[in-house]
Amino acid sequence: MPLQGLFGGLLIGLSAAIMLLGLGRIAGVSGLTARATGIADSGAPRGLAIAFVLGLPLGALAVSVVTGGVETQFPASALQLAVAGLLVGFGTRLGSGCTSGHGVCGMSRLSRRSIAATAIFMGSGFATVAAMRLGGWL
Amino acid sequence: MKQAAVALIAGLLFGAGLAFSGMGDPARVQAFLDLFGHWDPTLAFVMGGAMIPMALAWLVQKRLARPFACESFDLPGTSLLDRQLVAGAVLFGAGWGIGGLCPGPAVADLAIAPASAGIFVAAMLAGMGLHRITTR
Repeated sequence: MPLQGLFGGLLIGLSAAIMLLGLGRIAGVSGLTARATGIADSGAPRGLAIAFVLGLPLGALAVSVVTGGVETQFPASALQLAVAGLLVGFGTRLGSGCTSGHGVCGMSRLSRRSIAATAIFMGSGFATVAAMRLGGWL
Repeated sequence: MKQAAVALIAGLLFGAGLAFSGMGDPARVQAFLDLFGHWDPTLAFVMGGAMIPMALAWLVQKRLARPFACESFDLPGTSLLDRQLVAGAVLFGAGWGIGGLCPGPAVADLAIAPASAGIFVAAMLAGMGLHRITTR
C-alpha cells in the first residue's frame, strides 16, 4: 500500500508541476473549485479552473475502470458528512488553501506560510480524530 | 483553449493519482489522522511522492522567464502568517478529521461514490459561499 501511495503521489506531483510550469499557477483544489463554481471572483481564468476540476472525477473514474474499482468507505451519517464539508469549505477559503495548495505545492516551495498552514491543519486533524476516539465516535 | 487542455490533463492526472494512491477513501485518510487507532501511514507516502516532482518543478520555475502555455506566473506570497491562515487551517483540519475528506478527493469521488461525495461537496461549496458572504 505505501508503494501504491508513493506512485499515486508522483502522479499528483506531476500534475502540480504541469500547472506550475505550464500555466504558472498553484494546483490548489480548494481555490480552483471556488473559482470554477464562481464562488471566487479572482484567481485563475474560469475556463482553466473548470477544466482542472472536471479532470479530477474523470481521472478517478479512469483508474476505477482500469483497476476494476476503487474502494471507498464514507461516514454513514449524512449529518457528519455535511458538518465536515461545511468546515472544510469555510476553513480552506479562510486559510487560503488545502492539502494540495499548502501541503504539496507550498511545502515543496519551502513557503513559510504553507508549512505553518499544513502543520496546523494536520495537528487539528490529529486532535479532532483523537477527540472523536475519546468520545466513542470511532 | 490550449490552457484549458493543459489544465484538463493536470486535473486528470491529479484525480488518477488520488484514486490510485487510496486517498479517495475517507476511511484511509481518517486512519492516517487516527494516531491512537489502527494508524495507516499511506497519506505520508502520497504527500512525499507528490513533493518529489514538485520540488524539481520549483527549481525549474526559478530559471523560467514565463510558463510554457501562458504569459506570466501568478503565484501567491509565501511569508504572511495571519490570524485568517491559522483559524482557517484549524477549521479545515477539524472538518478533514470528521469526514476523512479534503477538497481534492471529495471532488474526485463524485465519480466513484456520488451520493456520499455529493453531500460533502454540496456542504463544502456552502461553506465556501458562507465565507464569501461573511468576509465582504
